[in-house]
Amino acid sequence: MKIIVCIKQVPDTNEVRINPETGTLMREGVPSIMNPDDKAALEAALRIKDESGATVVGLSMGPRQADDVLREAFAMGADECYLLSDRAFGGADTWATSSTLSAAIKQIGCDLVLTGRQAIDGDTAQVGPGIAEHLGLPNLSYAEEIRIDGNDVIVKQQFDNSIHTVRAKMPALVTVLSELNEPRYMTPGGISDAYREKEVTVWGREDVDIEDENIGLKGSPTRVAKSFPKSVKAPGMTINKGVDESVQFIVDKLKEKYTL
Amino acid sequence: MTNSGVFTFAEQVDGVLTNVSYELIGKARDLAADLDDKVTAVLLGENISHLTSELVAAGADRVLYVDNPELKIYRTEPYTQAMSYVVEEYKPEILLIGATGIGRDLGPRVAARVHTGLTADCTSLEIDPESKELRMTRPAFGGNLMATILCSDHRPQMATVRPGVMVREVADPEREGEIVELNVPLEKNNCYVTVEEIAKKIGQHVDITEADVLVAGGRGVGEEGFEMLQELADVLGGELAASRAVVDAGWQVKERQVGQTGKTVRPGLYFAIGISGAIQHVAGMEESDFIVAINKNPDAAIFDVADVGVVGDLFEIVPKLIEALKAEKQKV
Repeated sequence: MKIIVCIKQVPDTNEVRINPETGTLMREGVPSIMNPDDKAALEAALRIKDESGATVVGLSMGPRQADDVLREAFAMGADECYLLSDRAFGGADTWATSSTLSAAIKQIGCDLVLTGRQAIDGDTAQVGPGIAEHLGLPNLSYAEEIRIDGNDVIVKQQFDNSIHTVRAKMPALVTVLSELNEPRYMTPGGISDAYREKEVTVWGREDVDIEDENIGLKGSPTRVAKSFPKSVKAPGMTINKGVDESVQFIVDKLKEKYTL
Repeated sequence: MTNSGVFTFAEQVDGVLTNVSYELIGKARDLAADLDDKVTAVLLGENISHLTSELVAAGADRVLYVDNPELKIYRTEPYTQAMSYVVEEYKPEILLIGATGIGRDLGPRVAARVHTGLTADCTSLEIDPESKELRMTRPAFGGNLMATILCSDHRPQMATVRPGVMVREVADPEREGEIVELNVPLEKNNCYVTVEEIAKKIGQHVDITEADVLVAGGRGVGEEGFEMLQELADVLGGELAASRAVVDAGWQVKERQVGQTGKTVRPGLYFAIGISGAIQHVAGMEESDFIVAINKNPDAAIFDVADVGVVGDLFEIVPKLIEALKAEKQKV
């Protein structure tokens, strides 16, 4: 069995700050990490490998620095890694990203595709289902449990108010929640091998079998017209004056606003 | 043929429409007014024809519904087939879907199938007065930044919309609308999945997006401290809410989580107690009418969005506040 795990390198959004004067993102010094949901997807694949044997393939699209997260995937236990990296792929929205990734997946071939539910920089949750549609595979979103049963995959899907246990014939695509598992650490030997023994296969534009109109900016139906920092509303009144006065202050303000 | 009409997905679960379905129709009416166009709600399920009149009362000019046993329980493929059929046959200008678990699964699949763009989790939608394009605004980078997205060359312009952000209009049972049953041919292909079990999430069911008063606690409250917050919520006739750290620690259920990865709420009154005001949290509550913050750190970011802020020890302030509010109630 072969499992492809889609992995995105993302800025740690907890560390992202806005420049209050220019209103732009301050990316400097913000660490890049493996997207947490994707890491859970990789862990899920590695557990299937541990239990019943599987080849685990990491797949990413991005600039050459995204090599780092694939080395991390190697160090955790991935067998092969591919990085789609070319200017022609740049500027892709979720439609073009999923069509590009799906073309690569078709070329690599697999029984199961695992992706994170969503990436912390975009939070769209669209690339997983998009890949599945481009490949004509069932997608099982929001997995909190994954089981392999012969040629079937059984997933517990976490919807808003209920958990659906569903069975699909493989090949299939599953999107994974970070609650699914606790990803393993890289081992020192694994880290050493990841840099010395293993090679990330880098594919450029001509290596991926896909039409020009389905990649990059050209293949993207949506575009960002503008981005701007959140408007901040005028601050209210904050006091720092001891317990009794504080309590009275809140009560008075609530009385102004409401009839208590 | 040019595209026209503002379409909304009327999501139902077990024969009950979700709140966001009403909110979408409210927003669709605004957009349709700006376009001088009409609102169509698309309802999928089994034995759901009784919901069509509710959708008209909520503001739909037309309801298209598909009644099919394959649509009884949400599954990606039959829902995608039905929705894509509607898109191909009716060629909407705009299609809005609630950013629920179901909507965020259905939306990208439909967008990929009909080859159009989809903007996720929008918090604002407006028609550009000149180009008449839909301007879709959403938070990005964990709520650090807002982005306005356009989909100029593909139709429909699709967006998922966060529940609790748009305002539901008052239903008018006198409104009239057209109701059309569609017979959509569904093809049972390899993408069909078998549902083996549906488990309703256990724990007391609560919808914090419906509450008019929320008392939210952060990590600083501590697990036991939530009993005190519950008491405050009871005095105010409100519900408990929580920050992500609290839910991650297992002190409160996920249903009560406010923020970018939780619910978006806009109650009349929001108490933020022991909550520092991380941007992820603020993204989910800043639209509240009136915000009261209690925090021991005078530099806490929560004070930037609070209408009333108090610097101090919540364990001293909250019990006295409960007493004082009880006393006020006695006076009336």
